[in-house]
Amino acid sequence: MDREATAAKIAELIEPFNKKGVDVTETTTFAGDLEWDSLTVMDFVAAIEDDFDIIISMNQQAEIETYGQLIDAVTKLQG
Amino acid sequence: MTDLFSKFDPLIEQRRALLAGGVEDPFNLVMERVVSPTVAVCNGRETILLGTYNYMGMTFDPDVIAAGKQALDDFGSGTTGSRVLNGTYRGHRECEDALKEFYGMDHAMVFSTGYQANLGIISTMAGKGDYIILDIDSHASIWDGCKLGDAEVVPFKHNDIEAMEKRLKRIPEGAGKLVILEGVYSMMGDIAPLKEMIRIAKENGAMVLVDEAHSMGFIGPNGRGVAEDQGCLDDVDFVIGTFSKSVGTVGGFCVSNHPKFEILRLVCRPYVFTASLPPSVVHTAATSIRKLMHGEAKRAHLWENSRTLHKGMRDLGFQLGTDEPQSAIIAVIMPDLERGAAMWEALLHEGLYVNLARPPATPAGMTLLRCSLCAEHTAEQVQTILGMFERAGKAVGII
Repeated sequence: MDREATAAKIAELIEPFNKKGVDVTETTTFAGDLEWDSLTVMDFVAAIEDDFDIIISMNQQAEIETYGQLIDAVTKLQG
Repeated sequence: MTDLFSKFDPLIEQRRALLAGGVEDPFNLVMERVVSPTVAVCNGRETILLGTYNYMGMTFDPDVIAAGKQALDDFGSGTTGSRVLNGTYRGHRECEDALKEFYGMDHAMVFSTGYQANLGIISTMAGKGDYIILDIDSHASIWDGCKLGDAEVVPFKHNDIEAMEKRLKRIPEGAGKLVILEGVYSMMGDIAPLKEMIRIAKENGAMVLVDEAHSMGFIGPNGRGVAEDQGCLDDVDFVIGTFSKSVGTVGGFCVSNHPKFEILRLVCRPYVFTASLPPSVVHTAATSIRKLMHGEAKRAHLWENSRTLHKGMRDLGFQLGTDEPQSAIIAVIMPDLERGAAMWEALLHEGLYVNLARPPATPAGMTLLRCSLCAEHTAEQVQTILGMFERAGKAVGII
């Protein structure tokens, strides 16, 4: 899946987690803008992992702060 | 200059607000005198202890105390040395022998604390390129062990067998895998479906570490823990445990049947670069572990206490962490931190000590009053405890 298709899929997956209805852009941060706690992060990561059939380890998650970085990481992890 | 303490400001403010309401500080209690495993004098009041993890009540066992006193006379107050230098005394070996016998395993390694046992084994076993697959509700010492090592860390939803299996199957071919589980999860007092999880871990080529800190001495026909109780102890590669709960002193350990296990004594940094346990501690531990092998009557009484308290609390209308009593921990769920702290204080004034647990230690941001029972609590004490909970719960407006 290319970056565009990956981004479209992630946009779909983030919908139920974006309870505050934040306008999500490439620079939106998960901790700051979306104010997600660690449990929400875990559930969201699990949803992404299951949909794309990948693993995003905690080590990799530590490098992902923005929505754009997540799309990049998931695009890359699909190999 | 940036004040490095500024990162703690939100916590400082939360504490200030809580204490400004006039409640006693739940994290600053002093036990002035300890009468028995179940009673102490706290802040001038005689108090029933219901939050000590002293499950088997070994802290005042006469044989255990005698062994400690004798060791002080015979070996002095401390070893002043690492296990691999001058810090291995006869008592450390006796402790490891007692553990091997207790678990029926080939190897045992004693650490200075349970925290260090997890820190050391996990960070040493899982290195660069390896994968750790662990339950999201794992104890802080497990997470810190992951952080100290260089492995890729992959958490899964608490006790979710399918989530664990999916992640195991996605790990790249040929990578080393360590699955980390706990027998009893200490916040809610629930147990893990170890048999099924370990079967799946093994099918997927993973080694398995199980932390049995909160089950040793109590759960399983021989008190070996949840894995023994579910008949899958033979498939566990590493059991981690502690002396600071059922054993009644301080220290940690790992037992294993792996033929190469002994090499860990040379490569495990939290084992090598710290002083070993004092002689009095290892002698009390060895004596206590051997007595726990024959603790059937105490185990039965502790289960009875757990069932009575669990049912009594439910009947009073408290919301509990588990539908059935699964361990010696009964977690009472509080509506929020403020009422949790008020309830904690009301119980203390009644003469009862429980643990106030709050995020981030608790799952799902919950505030809990965590009760841990002791085999030395009498049936009468359990009834007294229920009466205290009823009065405090009504006073605070929780029931």
